[in-house]
Parts: sequence; structure tokens; C-alpha cells
Amino acid sequence: MIKSELIAKIADDNPHLYQRDVERIVNAIFDAITDSLAKGNRVELRGFGAFSVKHRAARAGRNPRTGEQVHVREKHVPFFKTGKELRDRLNGEDEAAPIAPDAAGDTTAGF
Amino acid sequence: MSDTLTRADLAESVYEAVGLSRSESAALVETVLEEMSAALVRGESVKISSFGTFLVRAKNGRMGRNPKTGEEVPIDPRRVLSFRPSHVLKERVDEGLHGGAAASPDTPSTAAQD
Repeated sequence: MIKSELIAKIADDNPHLYQRDVERIVNAIFDAITDSLAKGNRVELRGFGAFSVKHRAARAGRNPRTGEQVHVREKHVPFFKTGKELRDRLNGEDEAAPIAPDAAGDTTAGF
Repeated sequence: MSDTLTRADLAESVYEAVGLSRSESAALVETVLEEMSAALVRGESVKISSFGTFLVRAKNGRMGRNPKTGEEVPIDPRRVLSFRPSHVLKERVDEGLHGGAAASPDTPSTAAQD
């Protein structure tokens, strides 16, 4: 699924909205996440996942083609951690559960 | 200064972008996340240009170890989600936090001047 398909799907399900507005809505969401990360802030979306920024220290790298040593400066990279609910859904209570036919109700203790 | 963005903030951004009610804006944030989740659960990847790609990968089962007790435990085959940020997102994040300019407002950098 690409962004235009996501927009089309949401526009289909919400006939009272113009496609143009759905486009704005979807862009507003990803722009807001991007802006937040660019300020070094976290984005927490319970059930879906959390975006954060990780710091990578400067290091001595190597050009894989020439073997030449190069300095890689420190950088900040975006990082995503999948939320628990989505992780569980990927490993299917519902449809598409080709995994672990035994241990169906094998829960981890507590919560 | 390091506050966390949540669904409520995304709903506010949607509210400001389009003339919908606050409650409908919040519902649409939910819809977007749910459509993305549903596609991922179906095994599809979700590619958002200039943001990044979410993709589902199958991991084989393996023997793991409880790090606390040292006890061996089987890890079932499972599906994991990984996110590959686009170059645009990587650059925005790295530029945003570089050279101590973290707190600078949204002024476009005057980089092309030498």
C-alpha cells in the first residue's frame, strides 16, 4: 500500500470528504510526526507504535568498494518501535495465523 | 522542551489542516492508523513517500535464552514490523538536531551562501 492508496481508501470510506481534504489530512499527520522528530521529540501512538530519535556516535567507517577508511560523523536517526497491540495482531489472533497451532491460549503472566 | 507527541496532537494538526470538527479530526487519525495496521496485518508493506516504509518480515523460530536465568526457551516463528525511514525524513531529523540548532525555529537555512 502506498500513500495514494491509503488516501483513496479513506476517501472511499468517507464519502462526505473531498479526496483533496483526505490528502491534506494524511499529509498533516505525517508532517506532524516529521516535525516532532526533527525537534528531537518522541511520538507515541498507543497500540500502533512509537517514533523516536536515536543518536549515533561518530565512528571510523570504511568505503566498502575501495576499503578506504572514512570518518562518519555523529548523527541522529529516526527509529520506530512497534506497539504491543499491533505486534500481537501481526502474529494473529485473527486470520492468517500459520504459526504456533499449539499453545493457543499460552499467555504471559499478568498483563 | 522534549515533549512527546500523541494522538491528541495529531488530531489537532488535522483539525488545523482541514475544517472538520475536533472529534472528527480525532476519528480520522484513528482511521489512518487503522488502515495502515490492517494492511500490515494482511502482510502488505505500507510506503509513505518522503516519510518511510513499514514492512512486515517473517522471522524463523530459534532457541533463545532467558537472560536472567540462563534457561533455554524456544522462540516461535513470528512476524515483525520494521520501519525504514526515507532519506527525506532522515535528513530532516539529522539537520534538525545538528550543530546545536535543535531549538531554532523554522527558519530555512541559508546554506547556499558561501
